[in-house]
Amino acid sequence: MALPQRKTDIGPPDYKQFLPPVIQKNYGNWKYHEVLTPGTMVHVGETGDKLWTVRVASPRLLSTDTIREHCDIAEKYCDGYLRYTTRNNLEFLVSDEKKLEPLKKELKDRGFKMGGIGPHITNVVHTQGWVHCHSACTDASGLVKSMMDELYDYFESKKLPNKVRLAVACCVNMCGAVHCSDIAVVAVHTKVPTITHENFKNMCELPTVIGSCPTRAISPDPAKKSVKINAEKCMYCGNCFTVCPPISIKDPERDGVAIVVGGKVNSLRSNPKFSKLVIPYISNEPPRWPKVVAAIKHIIEIYAKNAKKHERIGEWIERIGWERFFSLTGIEFTFQAIDDFTFMRDTMRTSSTFKW
Amino acid sequence: MKKYDTPLIDDLEKGPWPSFVTEMKKAAKNNEMANDAVGHLEKCYSTKVGYWKHGGIVGVLGYGGGVIGRYSELGNEFPGVAHFHTVRLNQPSGFFYTSKALKEICDIWDKYGSGLTNMHGSTGDLVLLGCRTESLEAIFAEYSSRGWDLGSSGSALRTPSCCIGPGRCEWTNYDTLGLTYALTQEFQDEMHRPAFSYKFKIKASGCACDCVASIARADLSIIGTWKGDIKIDNDEVKNYAKTMDINAEIVNMCPTQCMSYDGKELEINNAECSRCMHCITRMTKALRPGGERGATLCVGSKAPIVVGSLLSWVIVPFIKVEPPYTEIKDMIRKMWEWWDENAKPRERIGEVIEMKGMRSFLEAIGVPPQPQQIKEPRKDPFIFYTEDDIAAYKAKEAEEKKTGKYKF
Ligand code: HEM
Ligand code: HEM
Ligand code: SF4
Ligand code: SF4
Repeated sequence: MALPQRKTDIGPPDYKQFLPPVIQKNYGNWKYHEVLTPGTMVHVGETGDKLWTVRVASPRLLSTDTIREHCDIAEKYCDGYLRYTTRNNLEFLVSDEKKLEPLKKELKDRGFKMGGIGPHITNVVHTQGWVHCHSACTDASGLVKSMMDELYDYFESKKLPNKVRLAVACCVNMCGAVHCSDIAVVAVHTKVPTITHENFKNMCELPTVIGSCPTRAISPDPAKKSVKINAEKCMYCGNCFTVCPPISIKDPERDGVAIVVGGKVNSLRSNPKFSKLVIPYISNEPPRWPKVVAAIKHIIEIYAKNAKKHERIGEWIERIGWERFFSLTGIEFTFQAIDDFTFMRDTMRTSSTFKW
Repeated sequence: MKKYDTPLIDDLEKGPWPSFVTEMKKAAKNNEMANDAVGHLEKCYSTKVGYWKHGGIVGVLGYGGGVIGRYSELGNEFPGVAHFHTVRLNQPSGFFYTSKALKEICDIWDKYGSGLTNMHGSTGDLVLLGCRTESLEAIFAEYSSRGWDLGSSGSALRTPSCCIGPGRCEWTNYDTLGLTYALTQEFQDEMHRPAFSYKFKIKASGCACDCVASIARADLSIIGTWKGDIKIDNDEVKNYAKTMDINAEIVNMCPTQCMSYDGKELEINNAECSRCMHCITRMTKALRPGGERGATLCVGSKAPIVVGSLLSWVIVPFIKVEPPYTEIKDMIRKMWEWWDENAKPRERIGEVIEMKGMRSFLEAIGVPPQPQQIKEPRKDPFIFYTEDDIAAYKAKEAEEKKTGKYKF
């Protein structure tokens, strides 16, 4: 069969054709909203029109069959309209209140999970991992599944002082939101890369490789027509591998993950914050990463017990002080948590005010 | 089809959270590529290492990006993932779909690809996960003829994305969906044919809640804001007072301490409000943004490689955001022009501003220095002056000598 005529530079389809009529009518004229349950909310327009949203958990990696199931449900209850969120949940948009409870019942019967709205834990922003990326030093999907199974109550019902945003990145490229999340897992290498020198000159561009290293650990090795790496300066970021395939850095026994906490992107109360390192290393333990999961759960429980209402993890820690965060959580404070990169001068304590 | 024994990843089908392994197996039932992807992943879990070969340059004619090439090192053992390229489809603004459109996307994908997707990639694209090189042109023809273009990859403008904004949010200060669509259409060439030093991302949020995390994940973050008073409905405030300790939860948590509540009336000294959104989000029925609407343009955020993570910082404190968005489009072009002139390969715009300084950047885009752009003035005295700067200071002093009045 002949292929249809290709077109270029047409961009995405106009979103307006995908907006349900109640949104087209109330576009830009919403008055307020109310969270009804952790899985449902209602938006009320200036016209008095109402739009109910049912938010459903998604593993982000979806088969076409599951997407078709989403579509069938949307056809039955939402005139075929649905959307996904910026954290990769699925949302059904209901304009007829009579259909709300039947929709929720059908979702429940089919095993879909509703939640994530309000002061809860919602979907984990994550990356490709072993499913698809060449530079991954852990698996993102497996970690996310393991974390959310353990934290599931916080998605469906259990309240926290404020939202806790979780993220996973499978290498320090940190595609996604690890550097600005309440708690996040970032996979790390821990060994200096090796180089297959005979391939270097055919596959890599010397200045790019040298320029790729944040600590200037790489210098030319003219005799080998390749480069050498100063092991004292290398902190295993793997960026040289990104630009040069003959550099090899993966190591199943030494690759692992670090845990960072206290980031946020919104400006509510306090300015956006980066997440900061608290646990420098935990070994990869597929398929369930039990220690990583336990660490995250532990931090959340201490936060839930100690933070004031509306405080995000980063705000809570800044109020009580990092020394108190470490003593409350019992997390060992290590050399790794002391910055020795470009931010050092901003991160040292230049006063004698601290808690014992 | 080969049957793989997968004890490790099978464990990830248990538990309440929806399982990606279940999804992969669903697709694997009648798709050879997905089936081998399942076996391949089990192998990764058993050895704790990935087997994807480095990089891979594939694409469609006329475009320099949009497809992430990927090959397995274990192509003989798992022929279904020997090629396993990702196609990025440009998502509609706000991730809204109809079932009809999504089903069509699925049908095409089942015909050529693995039946696996990501809904969605972190940048926003609808990610179609796993296909062979020889199918790419057919895939592109099928999708583009039905109105779906590729998203972007490489050193190009990446697929812009936005929060839900006016679609379903009472706080938005401009039409995030409309702006995102307009910019995506305007800059099709910059998206499809990489011509930059490195990637450039644009994200649009309607307010400081920043639901698309633009301040952390976009070189250009367009964040909605207003100039005017927060509208207060004191009857609704009274309703909140029944269940909420307004002084503890709102007034005392205000970062600028510009609110007061005497048990009857809530008052806001709007001149001192920094528009953080805390009060508005906690009392959605009582408080709303008011006055002139627009956005703050922030520039520079990026992940750690190479010089460390950056969050975007304020460049243009306030800009009008109204169709046809000429002012924003012109501003973006000027930013790119300066970046293009000054960047080394693989340097993000934030890194270049750090290297060359804000003055060079601000002068190039025609924006004056303003205290809103900084958290605090510099601490060190290592200051650059141009000849013109000194001449201007001298002229001012000469003027002062004449009038006998200082002008600082
Ligand atoms: C405008 C484009 C390019 C410029 C300005 C450029 C510049 C350079 C420079 C300055 C060096 C360093 C020489 C030294 O100090 O030893 C170099 C080395 C190298 N370049 Fe390029 N290059 C360019 C394009 C390319 C391309 C397209 C390739 C590969 C396809 C390439 C592959 C290499 C390799 C393999 C080396 C290392 C040579 C060696 O050490 O034996 N270059 N290049
Ligand atoms: C070759 C391995 C890589 C793969 C498979 C990969 C894949 C991806 C994918 C699928 C996304 C989401 C894309 C989208 O939504 O369209 C993404 C985002 C991202 N990538 Fe990569 N990427 C790789 C390498 C890199 C490298 C080398 C860098 C930086 C040096 C990088 C930086 C980022 C960042 C910062 C994001 C997130 C941006 C955002 O959330 O807006 N990635 N990557
Ligand atoms: S891994 Fe990172 S630090 Fe080490 S040499 Fe490569 S680029 Fe430099
Ligand atoms: S960023 Fe602001 S305007 Fe946009 S959806 Fe979030 S709260 Fe609403």
